[in-house]
This record gives sequence, structure tokens and C-alpha cells, in this order.
Amino acid sequence: MTQQTEEKVNLMTGAQIFLECLKDAGVDEIFGYPGGKIISIYEALYNCDFIKHYLVRHEQAAVHAAEGYARVTGKPGVALVTSGPGACNAITGIANAYYDGYPIVVFTGQVDLNQIGNDAFQEADIVGITRSCCKHNYLVSDLRDLPRIVKEAFHIATTGKPGPVVVDLPGNILTEKGKYVPVEKIKLPGYNPTYNGHPRQISKALQMLCNAERPVILSGGGVVMSGAHKEITELANTLGIPVTNTLMGMGTYPADGEMSLGMLGMHGNYWANHAVSNCDVLFAVGTRFNDRITGCLKRFAKDAQIIHVDIDPCSISKNVSVDIPIVGDAKNVLDAMLKEFYEKEYEINSDVKHAWFAQIQEWKQKRALPAVSSEKLNPLTVIKEIYNCTKDLDPIIATEVGQHQMWTAQLYKFNHPRQLVTSGGLGTMGFGFPAAMGASIGLKDKVVINIAGDGSIQMNIQELATCVQYNIPVIVAIINNGYLGMVRQWQEKLFNKHYSETKITSPDYVKVAEAYGALGFRVEKAEDIAPTMKKAIEAKRPVFIDFIVEPFEMVYPWVLAGKPLHNVLLSNDGIEC
Amino acid sequence: MNHTISVLVRNEAGVLSRISSLFSGRGYNIESLTVAPTIENEFSRVTIVTSGDDKVIEQIMKQLNRLIPTIKVMALQPQDSIERELILCKVCAKDETRSEILRIAEIFNAKIIDVTHKTYTLQAIGDNRQIRSLIELLRQLGIRELVRSGKVAISRENSFNHIKSL
Repeated sequence: MTQQTEEKVNLMTGAQIFLECLKDAGVDEIFGYPGGKIISIYEALYNCDFIKHYLVRHEQAAVHAAEGYARVTGKPGVALVTSGPGACNAITGIANAYYDGYPIVVFTGQVDLNQIGNDAFQEADIVGITRSCCKHNYLVSDLRDLPRIVKEAFHIATTGKPGPVVVDLPGNILTEKGKYVPVEKIKLPGYNPTYNGHPRQISKALQMLCNAERPVILSGGGVVMSGAHKEITELANTLGIPVTNTLMGMGTYPADGEMSLGMLGMHGNYWANHAVSNCDVLFAVGTRFNDRITGCLKRFAKDAQIIHVDIDPCSISKNVSVDIPIVGDAKNVLDAMLKEFYEKEYEINSDVKHAWFAQIQEWKQKRALPAVSSEKLNPLTVIKEIYNCTKDLDPIIATEVGQHQMWTAQLYKFNHPRQLVTSGGLGTMGFGFPAAMGASIGLKDKVVINIAGDGSIQMNIQELATCVQYNIPVIVAIINNGYLGMVRQWQEKLFNKHYSETKITSPDYVKVAEAYGALGFRVEKAEDIAPTMKKAIEAKRPVFIDFIVEPFEMVYPWVLAGKPLHNVLLSNDGIEC
Repeated sequence: MNHTISVLVRNEAGVLSRISSLFSGRGYNIESLTVAPTIENEFSRVTIVTSGDDKVIEQIMKQLNRLIPTIKVMALQPQDSIERELILCKVCAKDETRSEILRIAEIFNAKIIDVTHKTYTLQAIGDNRQIRSLIELLRQLGIRELVRSGKVAISRENSFNHIKSL
């Protein structure tokens, strides 16, 4: 063979090169849906032995699954969709990952380069459309750039504040032939995330925490992301500081730990909200002070000095003015603080802290009032019972968005980070089921339960087919109250019980499950919860459980939007405290 | 109050759109925006005039800095920087106003770059105040058409340390 023909033999299609790039990025599982413009990638996948592809039933689910995968494993999730409608369907998933800051890379098909802008069949300007809801995006306009772009995409998605990166792949790039030249070094001169906090700021913060009389730690999703849960636990226990968490920060401090206050915010614990409203130092780590956490901004921790650690400088002093800003990775910053604390022997005033704990205990006595009693099954009972049946298995719990999500956050005791998979920032109904599916693929030996509402589950119910096809044993516990419960709750309190378009019907979920080839159960009595859960877990198959519950149960505690955190409603009688 | 922000970015496709959609998406105001490659073709310099209180300007700078193609973001303080804008202005020229236009042009150091039977076209360069007063004077004589470049600005060399940069 001449040298020239030998070289020709070594040439690969863009699609083959693309798969090599994924392999180099350490990707072995992807979620996707084929289509005209990425058909050549599917052709390359046909004989590919290093990537397992999961065919979802809707592109939105592919992206949510990739995010669920990323959430539980800590590795980047990957989704692959076609151009136009495929890419447009993926946008909700991309936005969801952007708001909660999870690393995913979404590859979208695109029409051939020479067709771009001509309104070609299945064309959409996906780089333009996703610009405001992803960390960064690319259009590959030269096959030679592909390895560099894929490498940069994974780098950007996983470093700094993680987030989704979109790579748009024109059809002709994937069919062109070329050589795969791996990229060794990444050159992004403008992208240098700060990982180490400023030492002087760290000392100042530590001093302030030690001198505090009524300190509180607020632990957010950034603590999960940097893997700083051990450090935050150690700091809280050593310095004797109570810890509250955001929805994203669930499990960063063990729920049954000594210093745990549980969740803060709109549906946070009464005592956590009061503690933050009355604290003198608030040490916030890895949170961006979303309005669901702060309530009325002007009155949020208004007497407190605020220390804020975040890897994203934009989050600092965006919503809440901060006294000591520390830009850096939570784990590094907390490590440095602990180190300095042990080395320099800071003193803690335990007497004043004692009084603070006594005060918190007093607030704790005032719990949410008992749930609505009725003949029907109470949703709170269902979630408590699911917790009792599964706590020893240390399962992954996913949720959709709504009342069931808040009840789960309140009643399920999360002792580990990455245990709760839920849509925080964007509040995406339909997220939980595909995300649970992705989580189950990511951690194959874990029990994965998606606690869903009857509204949310209908938004991505088609993924049951995916679960059945690959035997992904996700258990979906549907808290079926016949309403879009959270909106109904708002209508009840704020709109004079005008339940406008919030009554929703459901199919027979047992039959749905069976029709798809999964297992289906219905539970209407409290005593059936545990045995049914046991059956579902033992089945090791996709399962739907339809819990028919009391429709009018409300989520309490409740701080109405825009009210200060300590204005907590504790019951239907409207008692404000 | 108006602020001038100077951003050095990688000169790649779509970078201007990233910047402008950042402003529109987050509800920030753009008074003017200019962009062109720098001495190295690999980078472009974007000059943005925007308004807002200190908190908003701080957020704008942080958000701009967060964009991946952004290399450096600077807020230029008026006392430490030089700012210029270019205008091309087509003014009605009648027999009785021609000398007046020339006089104004001379005062403002503007050039007449085109003359027709009915118009004079002026080119003027100046800071915001000068440009505004020139336009005000020409307006009374009848402006047919006006284009403004938007502001470009550069820091004074010896005052580099005073520039608030991120």
C-alpha cells in the first residue's frame, strides 16, 4: 500500500471522531434520540463498543436523565439530540441544569453549514436560543475544531460553577472525513475560576464566626457540588453552629445531626426561618440567595453580618449585600478555615451559644400543626412511611415539582448529599421521572424512588417505556390528589378558593404501568404503604404506585411570597407567627 | 449615572451577541456599544456605555466577566480615561447659512467632508459634551441625517492603577 492510500484508510468520519472525543472525555453512557441530522452519529454508534446509548422517548427527558446522572455520580451527563425540534425539546432540560448548576454536555444536530440561515428542514438557531440558559455553547464550523470544542465543553461544564454546555454539530461536519488528533491542552485565557478563597477574608470570617453570639450556617447546592459536606459538618460541630440548608443543599449536613435545623425558606422549618431572621452572623456557603430562600429581601437576616462563600463571583452581593465575600470553592475555603481554627486556637464563647440553642429549642417546640384529618390517606403519612420503609437502604429520592416535592423535602430525612434529586431553580414539572431514570443508570445498585404528583408525572410519563426497555428499576410513588396541588394551595389562600384549571384528571396508573410492561399498584390505606413499598423494591423493575390521597392537604409551614421569613403560616387557620 | 465599561474579548463568532443578549436578558440598559478588533486580530475591544447604581454596575461587570470569551473587564473612570465619539452629520446648506455652518465647524474642529447644492456633511470627533453642543447648534440650522459611532474610550496610561478592574 502506498503511503497515501494508507492515510486514506485511517481517515474517520466526523461522527466517528466525535465518539473518540467522548471516549477521551471518559463518557461511557449517553442519553439520546436519533434524527436526520445526527443519523451519522447513530451509524457510528452501531458498532461502537465503548458507549452505551439509552434511547429515551422525548428529548427533554434525555437532558433531564443526563442531569440526574450527573447529580448522583458527580460525573458530567451527556445528551444527544437531533436538530430543530429535537434541540428545541432539549431546552427545558438545559435551562434546568443551568439554574441548579449541574454539569451536562448536550450535543445537538444542526443542518449542514451551507444550509444554516436558509430555513432548512428541521433548522433552529440553537446557539442563539440557548445562549441565555447555558454556561457556554458552540457551533462546530470546522471538523478540525471538533476535538478541541468537545474537550473545552467538558472542561467548562465541570469546572468553576458547573453548568450545561451545548455543542451544535452540523450534519456535513459529521459525514466529512478527517483524522482524529486528540487535544492535549485547553487554552481558554478568559476562563479561570477562583478555587482558593482569599486568606485574609477567611481569617476575618473565622474570627466573626467565633465571636458570634447567634450564628447560623446556610448550606447550599455549592456544598454538594464541591463535595464539602464533611467540612461543613466538621465546622458546624466544632464551632457549635446550627446549620440550615437550601433545597439544593439537602443532606450536606445530616438531617439527624445535632446541629441540624433542616430546610430554610418558603416551606422551610419554622425554627430555621426564625433562627435566620434572628441570627447575628449568617455564614452562607454555595447558595445564590434565591427568593424562595430569602423571602422579603429587605428583612432577610436584617441584623446579621453575612459571610458568603461562592465560586461564582456573580452570586455574591447579587440579591443580599454581603459583609465578608469569599470567592472560592466551598471545600477549599472550609478546609482553610478548619486548618486555621486548629492551628491558631481560636476561642469560642460557649456560654452565649448555649442561650442561642435554648432559644432555637423553644422555637422547635412550636411545630407545624397536625395534618388535615380525613378518611382518605394523608400525603404526609405516605411520605413518612416511604421514609420508614427505605431509610436503611439509603436510596436516591427524586421528586417532581409541587406539594409532594416540599413534603418530601420536609419529611424525608436526607443524611447524605446527592441523595435528593429535585429541580430547584427552574422548578420543572416532569423533571423527576427522567432524572430518576438517569440516576438509576448512574448508580445501578441503588434503590431509586421518584416521588411524583399526579400533575407532574403526566409531563414525562412516556419515559416508562424507556425504563421498561432497559429494565431501569425506578419506583414512581404518585401522590395522587386530583389537583395541581401547589397552585390549588395558592388559589385557596390567595384567590378565594377559585380553583381555576387546577383540578386534573389522571389515567388509571396501574393500567398505564401494565400497558407499558411495568408493575402497577394502588394504595388507599395507610397500612398498605409498607407492604407495597416492599413489593416494589423487591421487584427490581420499573414500578408505578398510585397513592390516592386527601386532595385538600396543604404544605405548611408556609411563608407567602414576598413576606419576611419569620412570617410563617402554620395552619389553615392562618396563624401567623 | 452613565458608566463606561471596556471589555476585552476573544474575537470569535457570536461574541457581540453574547454581550448584548446578556444585557437584554438581565434587564440592563445599553446607551451605546462599539466593537472592533484590537491590535491583535485575535481579540476585540468592546466599549459599552450603560447606566445604573453601583450595585448594578458591579453585577454587569461580574456578569460580563463570567462569559467564557471575556478576557478582561474594566470600568473606566471619566477622570482617568479619554473618551471620544465620532459623528457624521448632513446639514441643510442654504446661501444664508453656509458661512454659519463653516464657523461652527471651525469652532468644533469639525471637517466638512462632503458638499452638495443643498447640504454640507460634517465629520466631528469629541467627547460627549462637545458632541451634544455641536448637534444642538446644527439642529437649529436643519439636520438632514445624523449618525453617531457610540463612545470609544481608553484609559490614561499613567493612571492604570486607578482603573477598577475585575
